[in-house]
Amino acid sequence: MIPALLTLLGAQLAGEMLTRVTGLPLPGPVLGMLILIAGFAVFPGLVTIVRPLAQGILGNLSLLFVPAGTGVVGHLGTLAGYGPALAVVLIVSTILAIGAGALAFTAVAKLMKMEPEA
Amino acid sequence: MTDFAEIWSYLARGPLLWLTATLAAYAAGDACFRAAGRKPWANPVLIAVALLAGLLWLTDTPYPTYFEGAQFVHFLLGPATVALALPLWDNLPHVRRAALPLLAALVTGSVVAAGSAVAIARAFGITGEVLASLAPKSATAPVALGISERLGGSPTLTAVLVILTGIIGAICTTPLLNALGIRDWRARGFATGVAAHGIGTARAFQVHPVAGAFAGLGMGLNAVLTAFVAPLVLRLFQ
Repeated sequence: MIPALLTLLGAQLAGEMLTRVTGLPLPGPVLGMLILIAGFAVFPGLVTIVRPLAQGILGNLSLLFVPAGTGVVGHLGTLAGYGPALAVVLIVSTILAIGAGALAFTAVAKLMKMEPEA
Repeated sequence: MTDFAEIWSYLARGPLLWLTATLAAYAAGDACFRAAGRKPWANPVLIAVALLAGLLWLTDTPYPTYFEGAQFVHFLLGPATVALALPLWDNLPHVRRAALPLLAALVTGSVVAAGSAVAIARAFGITGEVLASLAPKSATAPVALGISERLGGSPTLTAVLVILTGIIGAICTTPLLNALGIRDWRARGFATGVAAHGIGTARAFQVHPVAGAFAGLGMGLNAVLTAFVAPLVLRLFQ
């Protein structure tokens, strides 16, 4: 538990420091995730150490959105004002993104003559 | 004897009450989700947020007071983002085998998600903080909040937009991809994860295990790509 927590926090801390130093447009934790993947490649034993804690956190990922989501109480005016427009934006852009992404995958897979996994 | 008002004013000052309320609201939301047969519209986060927002309104509690307790949960978003390294690592052999189709789907999905959202919003006259909050809405919440903050958006508004995007994606993906005639589980799952992050991934796992694994992969990769795409798209339309 402690080594796993130390690994996750250490990778995040390294990521935060590196974004500050280099001015990269990546959030610190995203860079921390890339650092941890590099860590897995160099020290494969890290995967076993991190797995139980990482699976525990990711299994309850939805809970972590609740405090920020509750911040909606400060935006009820914005949502009421832009409500219909925001609904159209979210629905249309999400449908376009899923459709375009799936079509791009199958088009390139067909070009490469890959067998579909259906 | 201490009366209720005194106990309340004592508890309302410390972080314990609102931390407990956050976990209780989520437990209630999760129970509703299970009772509804895990339908995507009965999203536990949406239910928990509605319960807490109602409670804050009823007790006349300002959001900063609530957040003093809830910040302990909120803090875990950072380590959770780092933990996404694990499913990515586990799926690395899959990635190598289908690298080019995955890359095409990732770039297309990510750019279309952020680009179409910002373009349509701009056409409706949405600008400034709200527009910046929209740009990262397809990335998983911990990452989207960080990007939104950097772009001058509102992280709390982004959190709500991210959750709504996930629910819309989870509801639309199966009928949409059936209509498009796409049957490859890798394509279906991956595109859903790119556009609709964790909530879409949870939906993909219900449909097919391969779709679920590829959705998790799409979510993780788009978390990285959105950090680059969202600022570019926003600069284009501002």
